Amino acid sequence: MTAPSLPVRRGPTGPSLRQRIGKATPYLLLAPGILWLLVFFILPTFQMFLTSVSTGSLDNGFKLTWSGAAYVTSLTKFGTQFENSLIYGGTATLLTFAIGFPVAYTIAFRGGRWKNFLLFIVIAPFFTSFLIRTISWKVLLLDNGPVLSFLRDVLHIIPADASVIGTPIAVIAGITYNFLPFMILPLYVALEKIDPRLIEAANDLYASRWGAFRRVTIPLALPGIFAGSILTFIPALGDYVNAILLGSPQTQMIGNVIQSRFLLLGDYPVAAALSFILMAAILVAVSIYARALGTEQLTG
Amino acid sequence: MTAVSRPLATSGAAATRRPPRRFLHVLDHWFLPGFTVLAIGYLLIPIAVMIVFSFNDYQGKFNFVWHGFTLQGWLHPFDWPGLPDAIKTSLLIAALSTIGSTILGTFIGLALTRYSFRGRGAINGLIFLPMATPEIVMGSSLLTLFVNSGLQGGMLNGIVPKGVLFPLGFTTILIAHIMFNISYVVVTVKARIAGFDRRLEEAAMDLGADELTTFWKVTFPLIFPGVLAASLLAFSLSIDDFIITSFVSGTTNTFPIWVYSIIKNALPVQINVVGSMVFLGAVLIVGLSNIRQARANR
Repeated sequence: MTAPSLPVRRGPTGPSLRQRIGKATPYLLLAPGILWLLVFFILPTFQMFLTSVSTGSLDNGFKLTWSGAAYVTSLTKFGTQFENSLIYGGTATLLTFAIGFPVAYTIAFRGGRWKNFLLFIVIAPFFTSFLIRTISWKVLLLDNGPVLSFLRDVLHIIPADASVIGTPIAVIAGITYNFLPFMILPLYVALEKIDPRLIEAANDLYASRWGAFRRVTIPLALPGIFAGSILTFIPALGDYVNAILLGSPQTQMIGNVIQSRFLLLGDYPVAAALSFILMAAILVAVSIYARALGTEQLTG
Repeated sequence: MTAVSRPLATSGAAATRRPPRRFLHVLDHWFLPGFTVLAIGYLLIPIAVMIVFSFNDYQGKFNFVWHGFTLQGWLHPFDWPGLPDAIKTSLLIAALSTIGSTILGTFIGLALTRYSFRGRGAINGLIFLPMATPEIVMGSSLLTLFVNSGLQGGMLNGIVPKGVLFPLGFTTILIAHIMFNISYVVVTVKARIAGFDRRLEEAAMDLGADELTTFWKVTFPLIFPGVLAASLLAFSLSIDDFIITSFVSGTTNTFPIWVYSIIKNALPVQINVVGSMVFLGAVLIVGLSNIRQARANR
């Protein structure tokens, strides 16, 4: 009876313990981090949605009433701030591209032995705090600061009462500066990957240099253009620090409204609705943009 | 580029294109380098302002206007109420969140690159989402979760011990920082593992090493530079984070939160001094590691 019992014993065990662990390994490796993201990224998003359809106050608690009032308020009362976010964020993204593309192109194709040093300078602003960099711009752009003094007293090209702090220009300048490295780095990565022989081939086939640039370099740089512009535009849309430090009450962005509704006024439903609308708008915009550029590969 | 354009110059077609080519030549040789130098200046100006103004003998409460050179700031770098505590909190949270997110993120990176399993697309999406979400949305949604768990019948009541998620403070900041760092660690580690020769592991196994030995003696040393880069990135993201932290910090101050709370009423020179210290420290670390790597490659 002992001989036939052997295969019976093996039956339910199936593969050896080691093989079983081997199969489970990827799930064991994934579990803690994924659980963390589910509980502290996905779950909060659900909670935020529930809060946005609740009514009540911070003192008396919120009750889930499935009321759409917060969305009505969000969409009717804060048009200016949504508009400001779009205009400032959009302008800043275009500016970072206009500044970032030539820089990334130069570093990628002309950097030579300076490449790493130049890249290091591009990320140098990350070694200082975001807030301190923005405060530095305030020092630079104040009415008596170096930039305006130079333009006013040395070049005489602006009127005596010109000021920048408090205007949309200052906010856009701050956003452009703060997110420029996010544009340059992905552009650089994409341009650096381009095989120079492809451009040579285009030239050999009688493409003009502009033609080669337009029909070879740009299409190959598209993933970088895509990554750079969403890495700039998304944080710019949600930013409120530049608007607070460099702007005025007239230059408030949607981030300022969300921040003050949550942290100062305790108006959670409207703040949550605004935040939810912002997130949904960005997700829709990013997927349309990805289709339009024909690049679905985001993180590589 | 010049070698490439030469055949064009001899061909007949090129003759008609001469004016635009000269324009492109100027663009290529003068405009691009000049523009890059200007852009680099633009990137460095605010940092220079921060360092220069750390030596400012400023008058009144705000360190906005230059009044003269002094070393006072550097001699008393932490001399402002609340500043030493804020720096301690920032360093501790950055260190702990770096350790936590590096471990969790490296695990995910290993799973994604070296194993096949179902649901890979969903996992990749979940990793990408936090990087594509504005910080203000992550901060505010976490705030609603934390506040909800402070209420009766909150979502996580009974699962997470009471007092962990509410009131807001050190723990909630740490939770948030680990959360937003994980994705960056995964992406950085993945990039390193992707260029990794699996045959080295197979060789170790063929020579009789078991899986654990292979991991520690072969795999880990090879991916270590990626893990190190990821942890440096996580540390710098954590120590600089303002927006998410401002939503989940309650009354606890990290350095950026402290700066923000104080600048409405004063702009002490200590802000510039600490900022300069962090900047110079980071430059030193990166510089040294570059030199070491250059030597190792030689």
